[in-house]
Amino acid sequence: MENKRVRTGKHFMMGNVACAEGAVAAGCEFAAGYPITPASEIAHTLARRLLEVGGYFLQTEDEISAICSAIGASWTGKKVFVPTSGPGISLMLENIGFAVGIETPCVLVNVQRGGPTTGAPSMGLQGDMIQPRRGSHGDYEIIALCPSSPQDMFDYTVRAFNLAERYRTPVFVLGDAFIGHMREEVAIPEPEELEITYRRIPEEGTDLSKIKVFLDEEVAPMPIFGRGFRSHVTSSCHDEHGNRNLIDPTALDNFIQRLRNKILKHRDEIVEVESDCDSCELALVAYGAVARCAKEAVRVARSKGLDVGYLRVITAWPFPDREVQDLSHKVKKILVLENNSGQYYPYVKAEAAGKAEVEFLAPEILGQVHSLDYVVQKIEEILR
Amino acid sequence: MNSVEHPLRKYLRPSVEATTFCPGCGDGIVLTSILQAIDELGMTMDDFVFVSGIGCAAWIISPNFNADVLHTTHGRPIAFATGIKLSLPEKKVMVVSGDGDLTAIGGNHLIHAARRNIEMVVICANNGIYGMTGGQVAPTTPREARTITTPYGSLENTFDISHMVQAAGASYVARWTGYQPRQMTKSIKKAIQKKGFAFIEVISQCPVQFGAKTGAGGAVEMLEMYRKSSISVKKAVEMSPQEIEDKIVTGEFIDTTKPELCDEIARLKERVRGEG
Repeated sequence: MENKRVRTGKHFMMGNVACAEGAVAAGCEFAAGYPITPASEIAHTLARRLLEVGGYFLQTEDEISAICSAIGASWTGKKVFVPTSGPGISLMLENIGFAVGIETPCVLVNVQRGGPTTGAPSMGLQGDMIQPRRGSHGDYEIIALCPSSPQDMFDYTVRAFNLAERYRTPVFVLGDAFIGHMREEVAIPEPEELEITYRRIPEEGTDLSKIKVFLDEEVAPMPIFGRGFRSHVTSSCHDEHGNRNLIDPTALDNFIQRLRNKILKHRDEIVEVESDCDSCELALVAYGAVARCAKEAVRVARSKGLDVGYLRVITAWPFPDREVQDLSHKVKKILVLENNSGQYYPYVKAEAAGKAEVEFLAPEILGQVHSLDYVVQKIEEILR
Repeated sequence: MNSVEHPLRKYLRPSVEATTFCPGCGDGIVLTSILQAIDELGMTMDDFVFVSGIGCAAWIISPNFNADVLHTTHGRPIAFATGIKLSLPEKKVMVVSGDGDLTAIGGNHLIHAARRNIEMVVICANNGIYGMTGGQVAPTTPREARTITTPYGSLENTFDISHMVQAAGASYVARWTGYQPRQMTKSIKKAIQKKGFAFIEVISQCPVQFGAKTGAGGAVEMLEMYRKSSISVKKAVEMSPQEIEDKIVTGEFIDTTKPELCDEIARLKERVRGEG
């Protein structure tokens, strides 16, 4: 039988469509969203594709309802997906924190657009880089991946589902209007070549007072609804079995630390960077659409005999601290390129402090990717 | 000590030892009515997924009910319940929460769930005030009532929740007071069996906040007031708007059958499969 989930083959495909195909290939069964530029094509694709595989796309009354209904569906055991853009994420943040707190696998894609506020919907800006990390109130960790191409929109959406299932947590795909609307070749592999992860669920008949189903740094199995577990699920401070505890002062510490460590203890399995820098004078650090420009600028500069390399950040969160530290030992200078006014830059600077000098380069016009000449010229300025 | 167990105790989570409700609170009546309805229908807690929001009434099910319970963020239980029901259509999904949660911060979800006519039971314990946070004015607070945030009396109109939910497209809408537990139980049984969106508003006494702040008195006085001012839907249609102004209209406002969302989706999936 033809596999309806995986559209194996080479396609000329829009980034947003590739993202939707990645979700379907990863096993998504429920998606919810509200119309928003520049992410709507994801919903358009899912509205048809999910029905073909027995799933459903729900267009909700607002973005809050989108994230909430997706979390609800995830608690029935479904893989869920919430495509949107920055204003949608702003509305969802409270409940993204809720998903973190009750350990719910779910994937969100933010096809970032020009902001603040309603901004410029069809322009790409990497303006929401810190938002997933610190946007919801309280103290928590998040996972966020940065695609640089339509191919990445497929690949990293699949990976985002796998990470969400593995760590029982929300995972972000941080695209932008450039990547979302870009059309390029997208190669979708054979179904058996795709690595697909499923969450652990307690065995039928398990007494939840006997095993950890929350707050396990090694990731507890998820006591999903409808299986007779009689789960008590609350985002209020709780213990390993789901019992609310608002009295014991150590309960909050436990709640925060266990959830954070669940991610941080496994950072080596999560953090991914692409590096081409053995020992250079200068390294460029970039992610997303800008990483394409940085890579090309390095190639051109090298052809001019300049000693320059690059580090492409793929996992923005958890922050690739060791990778940036390693880099700062190898180079004299680091140039951070972002299509914003320097959101990720302070994190890189802090990590490299005392080892390498770190400078920031915004594009000539915010909302436009740096031009190649502009970056090459900057490299020459620094190195000559 | 050998003691007789309450016939509904079996539906409560074994770890629950005491109630968190204030003395005289109406939430206990709602809790009992729900369990009584489930018991009389011969159903088990495994037939249900319960969802609640934030506020006193959300604690009716969480942690008390020994079932799958999702205690959500403020105003959003219906949105969570929608995702659960669409993914587990064979289970009964019941939302239990308060008027602030369901009609103020969460009003949009209530309207649209009713419009979609998705099968679920929503029980709104309406105490006319924000109880848990200390007695602030709510959309359901009577005009001119004094609360902690309306020290000179509320200037705003009072929300007629049941009317709104009916207008939005629900299949079943009823209103009862805490003085009518028998009618309430019967109504909850009907709502559980309803193939569509079913909404029950319970005017529920809050002596500690509403009673004390507005001068409505203690639980007994409030229940007595409910008894005196309640009139049936049938009687209300014969009265003028002025005559029913200070009355509580109780009974069933609508009980109808129309296409339900989960059924419609199942049919669509069949159709798409056939075409594919």
